[in-house]
Amino acid sequence: MKYLSFIFTNLGRKKIRSSLTFLSIMIAFILYGLLGAVQAALSQGVDVAGADRLVVRHKVSIIQLLPISYTQRISQIEGVDLVTHFVWFGGIYQDPKNFFPQMPVEPESFLDMYPEFTLPANQVEKWKETRTGAIVGRKSADRFGWKIGDRVPIQATIWPKVDGSRNWEFDVVGIYDSDKKGTDLTQFFFRYDYFDETRSRGSGLIGWYVVRVGDPDRAVEVASTIDETFANSPYETKAETEGAFVQAFAKQMGNITAIVIAIMGAVFFTILLVAGNTMGQSVRERIVELGVMKAIGFTDKKVLAIVLSESITLSTLAGGLGLLLSWILVQGMSDSLSGIFPVFYLPSSSIVWGAGFTLLLGFIAGAIPAFQAKQLRIADALRR
Amino acid sequence: MNSDVLVQAKSVERTFRRGSETIQVLDALDLQIKRGEFLALMGPSGSGKSTLLNLIGGLDRPNNGTISVDGEQIDQMNESKLAAWRARHVGFVFQFYNLIPVLNAQRNVELPLLLTNLSKTERRKQAELALEIVGLSHRIKHFPRTLSGGEQQRVGIARAIASDPTLLLCDEPTGDLDRKSGDEILELLTALNQDHGKTIIMVTHDAHAATCATRTLYMDEGKLTAEMKP
Repeated sequence: MKYLSFIFTNLGRKKIRSSLTFLSIMIAFILYGLLGAVQAALSQGVDVAGADRLVVRHKVSIIQLLPISYTQRISQIEGVDLVTHFVWFGGIYQDPKNFFPQMPVEPESFLDMYPEFTLPANQVEKWKETRTGAIVGRKSADRFGWKIGDRVPIQATIWPKVDGSRNWEFDVVGIYDSDKKGTDLTQFFFRYDYFDETRSRGSGLIGWYVVRVGDPDRAVEVASTIDETFANSPYETKAETEGAFVQAFAKQMGNITAIVIAIMGAVFFTILLVAGNTMGQSVRERIVELGVMKAIGFTDKKVLAIVLSESITLSTLAGGLGLLLSWILVQGMSDSLSGIFPVFYLPSSSIVWGAGFTLLLGFIAGAIPAFQAKQLRIADALRR
Repeated sequence: MNSDVLVQAKSVERTFRRGSETIQVLDALDLQIKRGEFLALMGPSGSGKSTLLNLIGGLDRPNNGTISVDGEQIDQMNESKLAAWRARHVGFVFQFYNLIPVLNAQRNVELPLLLTNLSKTERRKQAELALEIVGLSHRIKHFPRTLSGGEQQRVGIARAIASDPTLLLCDEPTGDLDRKSGDEILELLTALNQDHGKTIIMVTHDAHAATCATRTLYMDEGKLTAEMKP
């Protein structure tokens, strides 16, 4: 600790150079944080996907529908505990820019399937009583200023009503939250029975099933059994774990992780050169001083540690501030981006990795200059 | 070894390589310096004065021979032991002061004290005392660039004595100063020798500076060639 003030003083000796390096590292870590949030958003749900949940869709594509009669047959398969179903509604609220997912569901099995959605008991009851009732995630409710009792009009793009109109109206009877980080709080769920009776076509068809298995270790086996059950039927299925389903969905846009790693790799390599150059210059400029320090009793190892500490201090402070700013930015952008990214947050794993990167960057950038300082012969240094 | 003898160099040789050429800088040199002496080392450039000073201060090692200071054979010490020994026993004063420009006078003087177990308050007190001894109590918060050459050298001397070393090694301490400032530095070194009992070895080209010493040794081609006492 007694060297801390000395280390900070050394960092401040070339203020402009240190500030520019500080800013470069900070901006790199802001970018890292933002990309981390984008990566989390694009692979949203992977982290919160239940290990005991399977998604069963049409074998050809998720936009092909499946008969609701499969509910009964799937629930009879050994290892299956619960079955619920979804349909993609794809409606527009006021403006296409106001995107949020809307899906008709069967309330009881849906709420059983997703215990991470917390909805007060009186609101659950109200939903069961109200045919046109809908529940909405806290984020969308806040975004559009909806409250319980509001009537929400949604323009259908896929599902016209039997009367030919596309204007659907729903009564907000509940607003759900979640304690689980990463849960999508933008979704809008309404009752399947109302949807099925009111739509003009596709009666008795649903989009996909979600199945809960009793033993997560048997999830793959149960998925195979489901697919085998419906093989060679007009509606063949593809069952997979919820995590695999979400991951495959994200991969439609490309390998996000690889893209993020490639971008950050290039950024960090550049920053490494910038920080390394700063430290290298800093050591070259004070060869005599380092020689004097050794002459008055600083050991080679102590000199190495001081130079390395300067590099690590610069990197961790700048990187730490960058991470903090990125976290603040992500928090601030979360609401405005909820139409594009329903889940937009900086995962704690990204923060931990980021903190590790700040240390690593400081260590690598300072390693060569610190080693040169360590190797410096006193008599040679003092002759300069 | 006689307890009066502080520094003893026996058959010390030091060579350097310059390309394919080997240069003999010190040639089988023998030397004894008594405790409390103020020794001036004179001689032409390249005669080996600074090299000898570096060897006595443990900044360099001889190729042959032994060097003992206060009974400890320093040429056999490993790097970290030698660094610790320097911190405890030797104070260096350089021709160009070699102060850390981003530290004020007090923090420059405190620098060697960071290697001790003293608390922050104790370090500060000791640095202030050293600056008081060199007559710079009023300039403790000044940075080197705001001090004159003479004042900077005084800070350099304060740094050298801050940890109360046995031996002060001065490499042309007046070489970069005008006559007046140089005289003040010499007066200070004399006071440190006479009043504080410091043993001083001073390399100098200046015959006037050497008059302050209690003994002057002349060197040429790596050997001691003459000795003079006032």
